[in-house]
Amino acid sequence: MLRRRINLLFGGDEKRVDSRTIYVGHRPCPATEAFIPPKFCDNRIVSSKYTIWNFLPKNLFEQFRRIANFYFLIIFLVQVIVDTPTSPVTSGLPLFFVITVTAIKQGYEDWLRHKADYEVNKYPVIVLEDGRSIRKESEKIKVGDIVEVVEDETFPCDLILLQSTRDDDTCFVTTASLDGESNHKTHYTVPDTEKDLQSLNATIECEQPQPDLYKFVGRMHIYKTDQEPAVRSLGPENLLLKGATLKNTKKIYGVAVYTGMETKMALNYQGKSQKRSAVEKSINAFLLVYLCILISKAVVCTTLKYVWQSQDGQDEPWYNEKTQKEKDTYVYLKMFTDFLSFMVLFNFIIPVSMYVTVEMQKFLGSFFITWDKDFFDPEIQEGALVNTSDLNEELGQVEYVFTDKTGTLTQNNMEYIECCIDGFQYRNSDSMSELDGFCVTDGPVSKLQQKAGRDKEELFLRALCLCHTVQVKEAGPDEIDSDQVDGLVSELSQPDEQRGFIASSPDEVALVKGAMKHGFTFLGLENKSMKIRNRENNVELYDLLHVLNFDPVRRRMSVIVRSKSGETLLFCKGADSSIFPRVRQEEVDRIRMHVERNATEGYRTLCVAYKQLSPEEFAVADAGLRDARLALQDREEKLMAVYNQVETSMSLIGATAVEDRLQEEAAETMEALQGAGMKVWVLTGDKMETAKSTCYACRLFQRGTELLELTVRTLEDGGRKREERLHELLLDYHKKAVQDAPPVKAGVTRSWSTANQEYGFIIDGATLSLVMNPSPDTNSSRYKSLFLQICQNCTAVLCCRMAPLQKAQIVKMVKNSKGSPITLSIGDGANDVSMILEAHVGIGIKGKEGRQAVRNSDYAIPKLKHLKKLLLAHGHLYYVRIAHLVQYFFYKNLCFILPQFLYQFFCGYSQQPLYDAAYLTMYNICFTSMPILAFSLLEQHIAIEYLLDNATLYREIAKNAMLKWGPFLYWTVLGIFQGLLFFFGVKYLFSNPALQDNGQVFGNWSYGTIVFTVLVFTVTLKLALDTRHWTWINHFVIWGSLAFYVFFSFFWGGIIWPFLKQQRLYFVFANMLSSVSAWLVIILLILLSLLPDILLMVFRKPRGPHARQMKRRLPSSGTSTIFMLSQTTSTHSFSWSD
Amino acid sequence: MMASSYTAKEEDGHHSGSAAAGGPGSSKSKKPDNTAFKQQRLPAWQPILTAGTVLPAFFVIGLIFIPIGIGLFVTSNNIREFEIDYTGVDTNSPCNRCSQTYSWNISCTCSVPFSLEQPFESNVFMYYGLSNFYQNHRRYVKSRDDSQLNGDKSSLTNPSKECEPYRISEKKPIAPCGAIANSLFNDTLELYYIYPNGSRTLIPLVKKGIAWWTDKHVKFRNPPGNNDNLTITFQDTTKPVNWHKPVYELDPNDPDNNGFINEDFIVWMRTAALPTFRKLYRIIQKNKDNMTPTLPRGNYSLEIAYNYPVRSFDGRKRMILSTISWMGGKNPFLGIAYITVGSVCFFLGVVLLIIHHKYGNRNNNADIPN
Repeated sequence: MLRRRINLLFGGDEKRVDSRTIYVGHRPCPATEAFIPPKFCDNRIVSSKYTIWNFLPKNLFEQFRRIANFYFLIIFLVQVIVDTPTSPVTSGLPLFFVITVTAIKQGYEDWLRHKADYEVNKYPVIVLEDGRSIRKESEKIKVGDIVEVVEDETFPCDLILLQSTRDDDTCFVTTASLDGESNHKTHYTVPDTEKDLQSLNATIECEQPQPDLYKFVGRMHIYKTDQEPAVRSLGPENLLLKGATLKNTKKIYGVAVYTGMETKMALNYQGKSQKRSAVEKSINAFLLVYLCILISKAVVCTTLKYVWQSQDGQDEPWYNEKTQKEKDTYVYLKMFTDFLSFMVLFNFIIPVSMYVTVEMQKFLGSFFITWDKDFFDPEIQEGALVNTSDLNEELGQVEYVFTDKTGTLTQNNMEYIECCIDGFQYRNSDSMSELDGFCVTDGPVSKLQQKAGRDKEELFLRALCLCHTVQVKEAGPDEIDSDQVDGLVSELSQPDEQRGFIASSPDEVALVKGAMKHGFTFLGLENKSMKIRNRENNVELYDLLHVLNFDPVRRRMSVIVRSKSGETLLFCKGADSSIFPRVRQEEVDRIRMHVERNATEGYRTLCVAYKQLSPEEFAVADAGLRDARLALQDREEKLMAVYNQVETSMSLIGATAVEDRLQEEAAETMEALQGAGMKVWVLTGDKMETAKSTCYACRLFQRGTELLELTVRTLEDGGRKREERLHELLLDYHKKAVQDAPPVKAGVTRSWSTANQEYGFIIDGATLSLVMNPSPDTNSSRYKSLFLQICQNCTAVLCCRMAPLQKAQIVKMVKNSKGSPITLSIGDGANDVSMILEAHVGIGIKGKEGRQAVRNSDYAIPKLKHLKKLLLAHGHLYYVRIAHLVQYFFYKNLCFILPQFLYQFFCGYSQQPLYDAAYLTMYNICFTSMPILAFSLLEQHIAIEYLLDNATLYREIAKNAMLKWGPFLYWTVLGIFQGLLFFFGVKYLFSNPALQDNGQVFGNWSYGTIVFTVLVFTVTLKLALDTRHWTWINHFVIWGSLAFYVFFSFFWGGIIWPFLKQQRLYFVFANMLSSVSAWLVIILLILLSLLPDILLMVFRKPRGPHARQMKRRLPSSGTSTIFMLSQTTSTHSFSWSD
Repeated sequence: MMASSYTAKEEDGHHSGSAAAGGPGSSKSKKPDNTAFKQQRLPAWQPILTAGTVLPAFFVIGLIFIPIGIGLFVTSNNIREFEIDYTGVDTNSPCNRCSQTYSWNISCTCSVPFSLEQPFESNVFMYYGLSNFYQNHRRYVKSRDDSQLNGDKSSLTNPSKECEPYRISEKKPIAPCGAIANSLFNDTLELYYIYPNGSRTLIPLVKKGIAWWTDKHVKFRNPPGNNDNLTITFQDTTKPVNWHKPVYELDPNDPDNNGFINEDFIVWMRTAALPTFRKLYRIIQKNKDNMTPTLPRGNYSLEIAYNYPVRSFDGRKRMILSTISWMGGKNPFLGIAYITVGSVCFFLGVVLLIIHHKYGNRNNNADIPN
């Protein structure tokens, strides 16, 4: 079966000129003058990054490429080289720890990859060589080998299918491990190859390896001893991909065309580009500020040091002489090393541990998404999936949501509703008792109780039965329960025929089923002939001559069949816009009415047309198609040209309507997102009317919404040139939506305020391309900015008729607009991949359209409704947590280092550290790291339920609110205040260092220890004050850290450590505790430094569920629901409620 | 103190109907565990700070801190402290001559008379104070070898590199090495009480109990060997450059106070935090009978063997006499700070009370946005 969708991800690299030639079975061919065995890479898969030998250097190199690691390495080296105040251990140990942990993690992952590689590479395969089957290891397969694969085995490399044990020369394959689609796909053998592969003498010419799974062009030359060489075209339907599994087929033979790292699977293995979150950018900005603080501190100290030293007797008093080496050092060099020393002394202001903690928080925090049972979908037995944990907090910052319609807003669970034949409407009655149970309902215009002519009816139904790529699933007893995904419908009206249909698009299944309800059953495809059973229970056979595949550009597909009577017929079905111009115009009007009516009711409509081909016409078409298929270059373009040529002057016979139901809670979710201040854009390939009605059903557009339409239809209204009209409309809308709109008050909620006029904007693909790529003479950039401004002032935007690439274009445009808003794309199909990759956050829905979206997404959820909790609860909490984490980290290191800086003024700028080396090292690793980690994992400043109920809370953290310069300044000022307090508080205490009741005095290490004790307690208690959600873990970690600090200090000071050069802290802590004054000053300083925070907390507006209970729920949903019911007056109301 | 609500969110045991419909196969499926931790539903205590709850805390803090502050202030004020600068900067001060004709070898003595206005009761502690002396300079602080001071034999003969340039002298290792030891304070202070009739008596000064117990008994140790004859133990070493006598003659009369465990030495080795500091020098024990003050009011004379030069770096030398309370030496800072903080808290409490009563109710009503 051919793929319907183009994978746009890798699209566009068709331009390869060179091709490769493969000699099947390594046999030289008569035609080529000299047989040069071409060199290709072997079939070894190497997904691992390292070998044992290069692991250390390569891994270290990659780690130190990170700017933070590099910075710490530099600091460490400076400490090693220059005589610095702190030993290299203080910064080397944490760095070593970080590097080691990362290296172990990466090494382990690589080891797993090695193991997997080994398994794959050593897998035994059977290769035909000189007529014998030889068992080989998979890695020894060479291009040109003929490989035998039996059922349920995976293909060891990319193969061209030569022979299958099935009689119809097909084989079935699942590509579950490649793209996650577990349906069976049919692949075809190369036609007319000989049965005896030993005597097959052929070469294959094909393009160089490229990663697109669904593209392959090649040509096979078959040489027979006494004939002209035959040429066969090869397409993706002949190519069996490495990694796919053979199903339902006993054995196949294929020739290897791509091996090892050149297989499509391996080429697809490359990771996605890294996305960086806004928080990370904030961190980097803050880092820069702190780096400036650090450097200016060092500069100030160095300058003052030399000013101070220039005074008499201060530089080198008799009691403190310099060593000979110091005396000899050149003065400018000394200044420089002094500067470096100060840098090292203050470098703790930018802690290594912050990076570790942030990473850990993200990694561990993402588990809460996978663990959330609310995301579990019983239907597919799966929960949410986190592909990257780097973007957790970005979920709390989304401003624009781009959503796909089909499969995302709607279920993509197609149900055939009605058809319209020759202008008469046939609605399918619910009781399908009679075979010709046509129940004609009254369309608003069609004549009552009338039917089209029987011929037309049957022609239409035959068209439905023939024009598709559905295959019938054989009801093998072992398979009934195995594959139930992807468009498989196993129970049909005829109970005696246990058959299911497999198709890549659910529309087709729905249509075939629809035809079945009207009496025409598709029985299957055998030997290139399609069997259908008509109403009289007779089996009709049609030779399938050509399939003109569906693609999203043409938006239609056709088949050419030959009936038993010898007529050659072309059946075509497709979107109305692509069919109508290609049929006789007099037929259009009758059907257009039905199509439009159906579309407004939210159905997907397809038009069916046919054409009888005369033998001459067919001969031309046949030749054209064959030529195009054999083309090695620009095959797609050539095919397209032939298709367009063939699909002309058809006769329209009817239209179908298929219902696509809304996803569960789609409307509620959309409403919540809008309530949270997000702008929802629907990007769909569907037609405008259908999409519009879906938008109404989802309450994206509401009664009061004024729709601004910018489509081909409105452009053609004026009867003038499109560009002029576009310009005019854009200016008009801009005036309406942007200029006349009252200035938006910051933070004020808009969605329910009735005073403001709401606007919805509709644009279609054709117009969009006019806006994005206008003709050069018009002022091009102006359109774009006008368009953008209008859209930004609309609550909802609908873009219909979008090609996948256009979706990405729109996302990119919004992403790069002013203020660079955070965008989120959600989709389920391969056509959404481009926008999922483009947006800041890409969300895949584990839907029916395969797994491509899920594979390329950052997060995958089973249903659209889960988006609400993902954003409003998880995203909000993650953002608050990580923002607090970042601010807290900078704060705690500022008040850690500030006293050390101030101390320089009192120790002759000699870089004397205030704290002991152990404290310097342990502060960020042990004493203060765990509480903030626990906080950043567990904090719920507002209960989850409350967050879900009040979408507006999301607006409070919008635009990176907690990491703006305001809050940063607050934290910085707090850190400075506390640092000053710690230092000068203790300094005044030390104006008389006799602090013990036995008159003994304290020294400098006691000074530092007192400051440090105050610091650890204050910083931890500050976090305790901020904690709104005290679980036992928080209690354990916060009080545990403090206890650990006390315990450690006793322990550290309690022993003469033989490995230490100086026993600085020996009994310092214990002596400190024996002094009442020290106790008193510690308590006083802790309290005083927390006082501003407590006051601020009291005076600030109280938060949390208790304070908010008084808020009444705002009227947002009630009115619109009623409106919706009145909007869709049809008998089929949208069934989002069930 | 805080308003708190203990919302123990119990695990909701109800499996939604749809989940149950997953059938028997769902038991081994990837369905997430429904544990409190994984669902972020751990029971939690959710304290909220509001004006109403912090208010009593402020009053309590105020009420506790103000008395403590007053207590501290009074205690500090009751401590007798007398300080005299004997550097001899002034030309007419007694030690001016000594401070100018300074040389390491010649001992110069001078005597500074002073009088105490008030008697000093209980034990009196005698400190020497130095100003502008950077004992906390990095080069200085690290210039010591703790393992040598701890009696390590190999460090005795091969001191640490950190001691440079006071490591080796005359090709012999210095014991104790380093700048700190080298600059040991070596003025000798003696105190005479001058009776009104002009005769004077030496006040006994106790030189034990001035260093931390752990320093004296654990951290500092003489090298192993004949404890009675330290001369042999230190025979391969030489005295620090600036010292008059080797380390084993610091207190020849008392083997428990000689060598590295000399308490004057230990006190000096604990480097001060700030450039102006004091160190405990001697203790004047209170009289046994407890009837007369330890130092009655009257005239005294401080006899100084002036050895320690400070004028080269603008330093000052002081002698301080002080009594000691439970909070240590005289320091009004703590008392004032406590009173201030206590008052501020109390004041804030009052302000909060007013706000709470005046605006409290209206606040709640005004909570509905827009």
